[in-house]
Parts: sequence; structure tokens; C-alpha cells
Amino acid sequence: MSDSIAPSDASHSDGDLYEVFIQTKGGQPFAHVGSVHANDSTMAIQVARDVYTRRPPVNGMWVVKSDAIHSTDSSENEMMFSPADDKIYRHVKFYNIPKPPKGDS
Amino acid sequence: MDLEQRFQERIDAGEKIEPRDPMPEKYRKQLIRMIGQHAHSEFIGMYPEGAWISKAPNLRRKLSLLAKVQDEAGHGLYLYSSAETLGTSRERMLDDLISGKAKYSSIFNYPTITWADVAIIGWLVDGAAIVNQTMLAQASYGPYSRAMKRICVEENFHKRQGKEGVTMMALGTPEQKRMVQDALNRWWWPTLMMFGPHDQDSVNSDDLLKWKVKSKTNDELRQFFIDTTVPELHEIGLTVPDPELKYNEESKHWEVGPIDWDEFWRVVRGNGPCNRERMALKKQGYEDGAWVREAAAAFAKKQAAAASEAA
Repeated sequence: MSDSIAPSDASHSDGDLYEVFIQTKGGQPFAHVGSVHANDSTMAIQVARDVYTRRPPVNGMWVVKSDAIHSTDSSENEMMFSPADDKIYRHVKFYNIPKPPKGDS
Repeated sequence: MDLEQRFQERIDAGEKIEPRDPMPEKYRKQLIRMIGQHAHSEFIGMYPEGAWISKAPNLRRKLSLLAKVQDEAGHGLYLYSSAETLGTSRERMLDDLISGKAKYSSIFNYPTITWADVAIIGWLVDGAAIVNQTMLAQASYGPYSRAMKRICVEENFHKRQGKEGVTMMALGTPEQKRMVQDALNRWWWPTLMMFGPHDQDSVNSDDLLKWKVKSKTNDELRQFFIDTTVPELHEIGLTVPDPELKYNEESKHWEVGPIDWDEFWRVVRGNGPCNRERMALKKQGYEDGAWVREAAAAFAKKQAAAASEAA
């Protein structure tokens, strides 16, 4: 079973499926907003610009072929991500910094 | 625990379902149907208004109508993308639309006879859509709820543009007042029908509520729309075309007369004033656009060949 996010039955005569990521302001993460069909990455960018950026602010955009994106299987979330839950030593609250005694010198 | 049980537990806990998550086949099929029809509605919705772009009374109106119709195209595309994550293709959905197998919102089968129709549609039809879509933004299927959120943000100016136009005409010359009242008379009841059949007659509602795709019933949404819209129409001197309309002091709701469900089913089943015209236009547009799709594919191939030769 493929772990790519491309749908299994995505048969199209209008090109390949690309996922679109938009950065609203400089320095911010690129966020997934949806997908477009296109024959190559240049066309994907043109089409994604028209479909996904009709409202500002937009500072940047990525298009990635859907079959190049691989995802985890959410039915395995417990096994994959829970080990992080009980590692409280990764948080500042775990640490108690003793106060030094007040002195005259 | 079987798939259905585990799935329902996740739904009941308020979890969102993502494309690769296990889901009952019924949920997948229902969502493909529902999202597909929503996408088709956005596209077909471009036609009644698109006809007025070249006849808008002034530049301001033309700019905003162009932008609104462009948004509808974009909204349709967000929704086709969402539906595709469930394992269908745009081509199959369009085939189903053109063959009549897939439906779209019946409201778009009515003609836009005057400029006032465009303003009334912006206020009432987009207003009704906003009520529905605000609820759907909480839907259990991740891609659908995210698409709905984007759409809700963009839809706000559609309603405001409509309300501005209607209000100006209602407070304008006697001729403008007549024109906008006439448009309201023709669009009021079809707008109420947008919310779908009464709860007891709504076949798909139970499943959609259980799966938290919907969180309110058709009648609940319809009542909310009536309660918010009627006072605003009265405020500008327009008359709702319903002799039985009255405010119930106890329930604090506006009660309406009987909806003509015969008309609703007639239009849904293909016999409204513009069904055939809309479908013919859609089919023609799809066929006329074939050369663009072929050219894009050929161009991309040519570019790729030139690039690998240069490399």
C-alpha cells in the first residue's frame, strides 16, 4: 500500500496532481491549502496563483507533486507519536533552579 | 472493535477525518456525492450572474460582479480538490454532472431577468449559502472543512455587494423599488428551498448528522436565515411575498407559509426554467475547452523534451 498522499484513483487527462503550499508573510511556515491539476510545475504555479491567492497577504508559494508527498498512517498515531508524551524532561517545568543565598559581599 | 465502531468513536470524540484514515465506504461515497454537488453548484452558479457582467450598470458594479463570479470558479475548484482526496476524479464528477446523474443546487435553474436579480441573488442566495457553509466549516472531513473555511472568508463580500445593491434600489426611484421588489418576489421562495426538504423528508440527513458532516438540520438553518433576513428586508421597505408571514411573540421566530415542494422536486429533477440551458452551456464549455487542455499537455511535453535535450 502506497504511503503517498496522492489519491489512488486520480486518473486525469489534464495532467498531474500538485499540492499547493502558501506562505502568507515572510518568515512564516508554508501551509497546505489544496491541490491543482497541471501538466508541469510552471503551469501548476500559474494555476495555483489564480485559484489560491485571490486574497492578500501572500508572500510565497510551493507546488509539490502529490505522489512525492508521503504521510504517516493515522491508525498508527499511538505508536508513532505517544513516546513524546511522557518525556517531561523536554520541558522547562521539569527543571527547578535553586535560589542562591543572599549575602553581603 | 470493527472499523465502523472505531470510526464512530472518533466522530463522537470530535476528531477530524483525513484522506488516508479508515472510513466506512458509505461515508466516503456520501461525501463524494455531497462535495461533488457542492462543487457543481459553484460552477453552475457562475452562469446566471455571468450573463450580467457585460450589462452591469456601472464600473463599480461590473468590477464587483466579475470578482464575485471569479470567486465562484475558485470555490468550485477548492471543492473538486477536496472531493478528489476521497478517491474520485474531476472527470468522473463532470461526466456525472453532464449526464444528469449528479445534482447541483436547484436555485441556479432560475433566470436572472433584471439587474435587480443580481443584487437579490448576492444578498439572499449567497446569504443562505453562508448560513449553510458556516455550519459545514465544522464538518468532520478535514479537507471539506478547510475548504469551507476558505470559502466563508471569501463569500462575505458577495453578500455585502448584494445587500448594497438591493438597499440602494429599495431606497431609490419608484422604478428601482418596483424592480427590486419584483426580483424579491421571484427569488424568496426558491431561496428558502435551498436549505433542502423539511427534516422529516430529508433522506440523507440522519447519516450526515450522525457523522457530524452536518451539525444542524435543514429546518434549523432555514429558520435562522428567515429570522435574520426578514427584519432587514422590512427595514428598507420591501415586502416578503408571503401573505402568511407573521412573527410569533412566544417562540420569537418568523413563521412562513407553506413551501411549494412540487416546484422544488420539479426543478431538482430537471424541469426548472433553465436546467437544460445550464447543462447545455456546461457541456459546450467543456467540449470547447478541449483544445486548451490538449495544447497545455502538448506544450508541457515539448518543454520537457527541449529541457532534456539541452541537459
